[in-house]
Amino acid sequence: MSAEQETRAVRCLVAKVGLDGHDRGAHVIARAFRDAGFEVVYSGLHRAPEEIVQAAVQEDVDVLGISILSGAHNTLVPKVIEGLKEYDAFEDTLILVGGIIPDDDETKLKELGVAEVFGPGTPMEETIEFIRNNLPERA
Amino acid sequence: MGGTDAPALGDGDAALVEDLLDGSHRALARVITRIENRAAGYRGIVAALHEHTGGADVIGITGAPGAGKSTLVDKLAAAYRDRGDTVGVVAVDPSSPYTGGAVLGDRIRMASNVGDMDVFFRSMSARGQLGGLSMATADAVKALDAFGKDVVIIETVGAGQNEVDVVRTADTVAVLVQPGSGDDVQTLKAGILEIGDVFVVNKADMDGAERTLAELEEMVHRRESPTKGLGGGHHGFEVPDHPDGGNDETAGDAEGDDGDGDDEGEPEWIPEVVRTVANTGEGVAELIETFDAHATHLRESGAIEATKRRRYAEEIRTLVRSDVGALATAEIERRGGIDALADSVRRRETDPYSLAAEIVDPIAECVDDGEP
Repeated sequence: MSAEQETRAVRCLVAKVGLDGHDRGAHVIARAFRDAGFEVVYSGLHRAPEEIVQAAVQEDVDVLGISILSGAHNTLVPKVIEGLKEYDAFEDTLILVGGIIPDDDETKLKELGVAEVFGPGTPMEETIEFIRNNLPERA
Repeated sequence: MGGTDAPALGDGDAALVEDLLDGSHRALARVITRIENRAAGYRGIVAALHEHTGGADVIGITGAPGAGKSTLVDKLAAAYRDRGDTVGVVAVDPSSPYTGGAVLGDRIRMASNVGDMDVFFRSMSARGQLGGLSMATADAVKALDAFGKDVVIIETVGAGQNEVDVVRTADTVAVLVQPGSGDDVQTLKAGILEIGDVFVVNKADMDGAERTLAELEEMVHRRESPTKGLGGGHHGFEVPDHPDGGNDETAGDAEGDDGDGDDEGEPEWIPEVVRTVANTGEGVAELIETFDAHATHLRESGAIEATKRRRYAEEIRTLVRSDVGALATAEIERRGGIDALADSVRRRETDPYSLAAEIVDPIAECVDDGEP
């Protein structure tokens, strides 16, 4: 009976938050994740933080990758994190931010609970490797 | 089969089930993950949930890529919410046969239900094989049902047998068709036609919609006549004894057999053809009415019992098959693995039939002995 094979897959939400219409990067990432064997849920453009939270909770993702190129990361990311906490989903979600983030802000985001920030030009393999090495433990 | 009785429910899992029944979204999401992962203990969870299911209307929506399924599902969910129903959605997308990876994009269209947690939307992809997808989908539907969703919608691309199996786990199946191409309708003939309780011509504001509507209408009624004589034909004349009793396909049949004593007043469901423009929401209310009518028909005609019996029979078969398969796989491993066995066949030391017999015989013996 227990011989049934587990079919675990890494689930990621690639999310675009706020007023930011640049999704080429998010598409490229989504595709690279797919090719790495991950299951990728793509949020679509112009999502509110609550939508991202809703999606992350319902889809029960291991990884939440937030792509922000608008500079509003200091307002949007904390809202997402708070929402995740509200649903008890913060602890075991690996939160990544991609985009143009100043160093000072990066430090702040990491204090809030973002695991890593990936700037422009980060090789795709590096991000994928990071995810593989830092996947949250789950029952 | 496996020696033990009911699948065990660990303490943590019992708490998870409890939380789900209490309405925790996190617990519901987690349970579906366990189901998808075939994670240890998931069977105990699904078994524990089973008694809490049966309350939801389960609707399957299928159609070619680009037919507008996701957009329609979004509008349907919103309309159900407007009348106070809670909604669960399971959207199934294909995964790469090479890497197992997938992009699950149906969520993008869920714009009408922003921030409404009473629409629980979950994307799934095909993992594993051998009926695994339809099994996982059915189990995820059970989780949503036990959670208390009034309506559960299964959305899937109608591409192959896998998807047909998935959508057959629903009580009511809607097939979406896009106007404009006779080809679309051609593909329907190949098999999806038989599973549709409702046909939806979406994007009905496009050129060619009328023609597609007409073609579907014609097909629906053409389908009606050949099957009439075969079995399900409660249509105006009595079917005394099935001259050709072997047809187990049509849902109505089994019930018709049981119901010999009744007056044969149960009307057969003739698939409805409905037009919608999902983008604007046009026709969505009518579509819901049709779904309701079908649900009522299933209940009043008693066909729902036949549908459910068929579905649970399928579930039992799939489970048993997969468990027996797992036993066989373990046996193959014990004998050095499939590659070694294949090599021995290649070297003409043995042949596939003898090998299969060698592997299965010990299992068959246990069954013959009646030993668990």
